[in-house]
Amino acid sequence: MISREFLINGVLALLLLAVPFIASAVGQPFTITLATRIAILALAATGLNIALGLGGLVSFGHAAFFGVGGYVAGILSSHAFSGDPMIFGFEGSKQMLLIWLTAAIVAGLLGLLIGVISLRTSGVYFIMITLAFAQMVYYFAISWPAYGGEDGLSIVVRNQFPGVNTMRPLTFFGVAYGALIVGLGLFAMIRDSRFGAALQAVRQNEVRVASVGISPLPIRLTAFVLSAMMTALAGCLYADLNRFVSPSMLSWHMSGELIVLIILGGTGRLFGPVAGAMLYVVIESALGGITERWQFFLGLILLATVLFARGGVIGLLAGKARHG
Amino acid sequence: MLLDVHDIRTFYGSAQALFGITFQIEDGEVVALMGRNGMGKSTTIKSICNLMPPKGGRISIAGTATDRLPPHKVARLGIGLVPEGRRCFPNLTVHENLVAAARPGQWTLARVNALFPRLVERRDQLARSLSGGEQQMLAVGRALMTNPRLLILDEATEGLAPVIRQDIWRAIRTLKAEGLSILVVDKTLSELLPVADRCVVLENGQVAWTGVPQDLTADLQDRYLGV
Repeated sequence: MISREFLINGVLALLLLAVPFIASAVGQPFTITLATRIAILALAATGLNIALGLGGLVSFGHAAFFGVGGYVAGILSSHAFSGDPMIFGFEGSKQMLLIWLTAAIVAGLLGLLIGVISLRTSGVYFIMITLAFAQMVYYFAISWPAYGGEDGLSIVVRNQFPGVNTMRPLTFFGVAYGALIVGLGLFAMIRDSRFGAALQAVRQNEVRVASVGISPLPIRLTAFVLSAMMTALAGCLYADLNRFVSPSMLSWHMSGELIVLIILGGTGRLFGPVAGAMLYVVIESALGGITERWQFFLGLILLATVLFARGGVIGLLAGKARHG
Repeated sequence: MLLDVHDIRTFYGSAQALFGITFQIEDGEVVALMGRNGMGKSTTIKSICNLMPPKGGRISIAGTATDRLPPHKVARLGIGLVPEGRRCFPNLTVHENLVAAARPGQWTLARVNALFPRLVERRDQLARSLSGGEQQMLAVGRALMTNPRLLILDEATEGLAPVIRQDIWRAIRTLKAEGLSILVVDKTLSELLPVADRCVVLENGQVAWTGVPQDLTADLQDRYLGV
């Protein structure tokens, strides 16, 4: 039997897919950009959802991975554009697939370093250590004049995806949407695998897990690294969307934004980040046009979600989580 | 020798709970760990699993000392613990509970399902939604899926309906017949004594009596186990 959550997920996926095409047909190109932003933020939050939703790891440092993804895209494409060699004569690249691979590797290594140290702590200490690492990366980017420092780095022409013209907004939306669907598929695979079961067991009771022979640290570390890699992929796309990357992608506001998306949509739910990103971007664009203090209203919605709808939008619509 | 517990002394903070417990379990042996409430049975089990490391004495499993090992490595030496209070992972399904910690060996999902057919019917149900008896079956099944050399059952039938208890005891007898070593803590002497090869009775954190069940006379039962 098809569950209500499955139907809701299907509706959200189709809605997100349909909106840019309708917007294009009625001549509203800005809406395509909004839908692309939703897809990219949802992908970043899906990455965080592996650590936070499945593993219970409240990382306040995922902006570091998001920003690293953005900077990998910016740095590789700026070298490819200027022709200046980077290292070992490598002149950068404008190919998205190569950029994504590089970003995933760099973010994975950074995630490994941060994870090895921070996962030895828990609770508020884990939150603070991940935040501290992200701030270190943030201040490093600010003080790195070769790649724009505080001013950031422009991507003159959007990077290329084989066989399509990414400069067309609708096409670029398709690339971002495709990446989101692959990301959601990976999340579902991880959640439903033996590894996913062990990860959720670690979240539920660390001592009980140890008593059945599972070491919590490698399980959490693997989840943290996978989470970092997916968030970095979203960072690459975000840099390409804006054709600009700046230290703001690395700031703690960004980490907070990703957590907010997950809480709004439903922690640990497959489509929680998608629902959260939709709600966030719609509120931002609708209320942002009326008042500069739109975040006050977002705060009220977040408060209501935490108090009255712990399962987020998806939980409200689909009922209790299978994995609570 | 599979398990060698030698002179262990375990503390809760500054309060000593075990005062030099010593006993052994051979391969294929079923040992009943007995005693009134608060005498140190669960503490002994926690010490064996290194969930509460002893401050003195020595524990070895198949010749490997456990004093420097974290609990997950002790479990990997072949200890399958069914803790007191049916502690499954409540927000995982029955299937996920079984496969999460599975290790290769003769105990497979099919064999666990054959031992507890009820678990097959409940495969995709969350553990928290199972009855007490089903959760206990799941806890035993989960421990078996780690393919232990020694299964430790801490009050496995406590608080269960008589019919369900029978299912659990039937499973324990099956496991014994297959040659699995078992350390059992249980208050139902009528079921426990026929299945045990040897009894270890604790009193005030010390071993007060050991012997075969046939020698545990009514007088001894009254002295050490009566309320």
